[in-house]
Amino acid sequence: MKRTTGPAIEAEGLTRSFGDTRALAGIDLRVPAGTVYGLLGPNGAGKTTAVRVLATLLRPDGGRARVFGHDVVTEADAVRARMSLTGQYASVDEDLTGLENLMLLARLLGHRKPAARERAEGMLAAFGLTDAADRQVKKYSGGMRRRIDIAASILNTPDLLFLDEPTTGLDPRSRNQVWEIVRAVVAHGTTVLLTTQYLDEADQLAGRIAVVDHGRVIAEGTPGELKSSVGSGSIHLRLRDPGQRPEAERLLQAALGVPVQLEPDPVALTARVGGAGSDLDASAQAARALGDLAHAGIVVDDFSLGQPSLDEVFLALTDHPAVTSDERDDELEAAR
Amino acid sequence: MSNATTTGRAPSVYVPSAEALSTVLAPGARPPRPNALSASLTFGWRALLKIKHVPEQLFDVTAFPIIMVLMFTYLFGGALADSPRDYLQFFLPGIMVTSVVMITMYTGIGLNTDIEKGVFDRFRTLSIWRPAPLVGMIFGDVLRYVLAAVVILCVGLVLGFRPDGGLPGVLAGIGLLVVFSFAFSWVWTFFGLVLRSEKSVMGVSMMVLFPLTFLSNVFVDPATMPGWLQAFVKVNPITQLVASVRAVMSGTSDPSATMWTLLWSAGFVVVFGTLTMYRYNRR
Ligand SMILES: Nc1ncnc2c1ncn2[C@@H]1O[C@H](COP(=O)(O)OP(=O)(O)O)[C@@H](O)[C@H]1O
Ligand SMILES: [Mg+2]
Repeated sequence: MKRTTGPAIEAEGLTRSFGDTRALAGIDLRVPAGTVYGLLGPNGAGKTTAVRVLATLLRPDGGRARVFGHDVVTEADAVRARMSLTGQYASVDEDLTGLENLMLLARLLGHRKPAARERAEGMLAAFGLTDAADRQVKKYSGGMRRRIDIAASILNTPDLLFLDEPTTGLDPRSRNQVWEIVRAVVAHGTTVLLTTQYLDEADQLAGRIAVVDHGRVIAEGTPGELKSSVGSGSIHLRLRDPGQRPEAERLLQAALGVPVQLEPDPVALTARVGGAGSDLDASAQAARALGDLAHAGIVVDDFSLGQPSLDEVFLALTDHPAVTSDERDDELEAAR
Repeated sequence: MSNATTTGRAPSVYVPSAEALSTVLAPGARPPRPNALSASLTFGWRALLKIKHVPEQLFDVTAFPIIMVLMFTYLFGGALADSPRDYLQFFLPGIMVTSVVMITMYTGIGLNTDIEKGVFDRFRTLSIWRPAPLVGMIFGDVLRYVLAAVVILCVGLVLGFRPDGGLPGVLAGIGLLVVFSFAFSWVWTFFGLVLRSEKSVMGVSMMVLFPLTFLSNVFVDPATMPGWLQAFVKVNPITQLVASVRAVMSGTSDPSATMWTLLWSAGFVVVFGTLTMYRYNRR
């Protein structure tokens, strides 16, 4: 393989507008080869637009991007030869069967008919779709559809794979299957650029994450770096006696070393845990805080420990919540 | 579709196996990219598969022409000629051209609905000859044109159409028609890409097709028309096509009409093929 040393993707100042909507407002990216890179952002952030520009489907209005050193505008064909794309919505022909779809693509990649068939059948077997080979894709379940989409994208063992929200709308089991597939693909040496709205997904898969909002990268780093800037989770408590809340607040603050938030509900408190300030992980911190409360005779009726949601990450990074303003996506979703 | 396949739940749960995946991922030598013809033919194969899975789409290309032939033969045959049978000798090549040219608009409608789906994004990220997906799609449509022409010919033969050109004449006529229709389809790929919805493609198609087919020599001899209309009818490519098809089917030839037909065809491919590819690359 050539040029495995350089970055897989380098983008500088990419912009793109649709009428008055500024979908990309100057995106810079540097994706190291051989890793999973996550683009994390809410609906309408510009993730799909960024992917489409990098995959040679859309021209940027400004800025430039290179994939394995090839410019996505002027050397589009060289870029296409090395990457493939699994779009946010079905990217195979729903009227055709699974086998026909993969054979079609194998032929278009240059395989002769017998080799194309062999390749397609092997791929179906590896993706657990042999029984569904002769069924039209429109009759597949959501999880099977995603699998055939991804199978179609790795027929040519691309050097770079774009996955645009590969697990949105999937049940937890199908989601785990997709994660396993992504891990196998990257273990094999393919660079993966993955977009997602879920922090835990980026956390599970990506080596580095860029948080995208309003067409800009607002934070970039490893999952650990991002989470420590936000706190890796939050603890929610409900007390029996509202009168004990000031005392509980003081104890928590002392135990966790972070400001404690008083909820509108007079018995509820929330605090971040697992941030950079502590060498304990989130659950150990929470356990210690609960111990302190019990020791002081404060009765806790209910508590929960959660990962920070994308909303919390956004709140922390931007001081505004992650608003979803993408009507187009909503429409498409409704039309499905 | 009465059983549970619509939910598509596999009987046993799929567990991705790293081993199985790494086997299929092992990079054999990548084959060289397919040449322009082979890529286009592969997309033509896709069109055939779509016909196989959605055979209803052939209804348009068979029922519509049959209705056209029956309607015009019996509706106008008595009024415009001495008998429906005489009229048919004059009229059948014309109605064949009209029907097939009308069917070309489905190319635009089909592309407009197809391109909205994600699968076209995949085609556009393949390293292949760029026009191949569109050329292949039109190859599939050409098959429908041939089918429609043959259906009309058969109905005509049943009703008493007896071409003096015999089999070679008829084949030559259908050949000219298919060449022209292939070229004319590029007009619709362009509109299919430019216009927003299926409905607007349909609307534009009608606005183009009705004047083009009716203001021609299909139904009546242009000599009976006022001068200004004759001027339009004369340059109308449909007139040239009908004249050349009529000539070869009746065992003669009309070199000037045939030349104009081929020139118009080349013109459509060059102008609208270029515009189509410009739009296709620019989305
Ligand atoms: N083809 C388009 N026409 C008009 N607006 C678009 C188009 N594609 C995207 N947009 C707009 O650009 C913004 C970014 O969209 P997108 O890249 O799809 O975001 P994401 O994938 O992060 O949800 C949104 O406001 C969206 O409505
Ligand atoms: Mg998107």
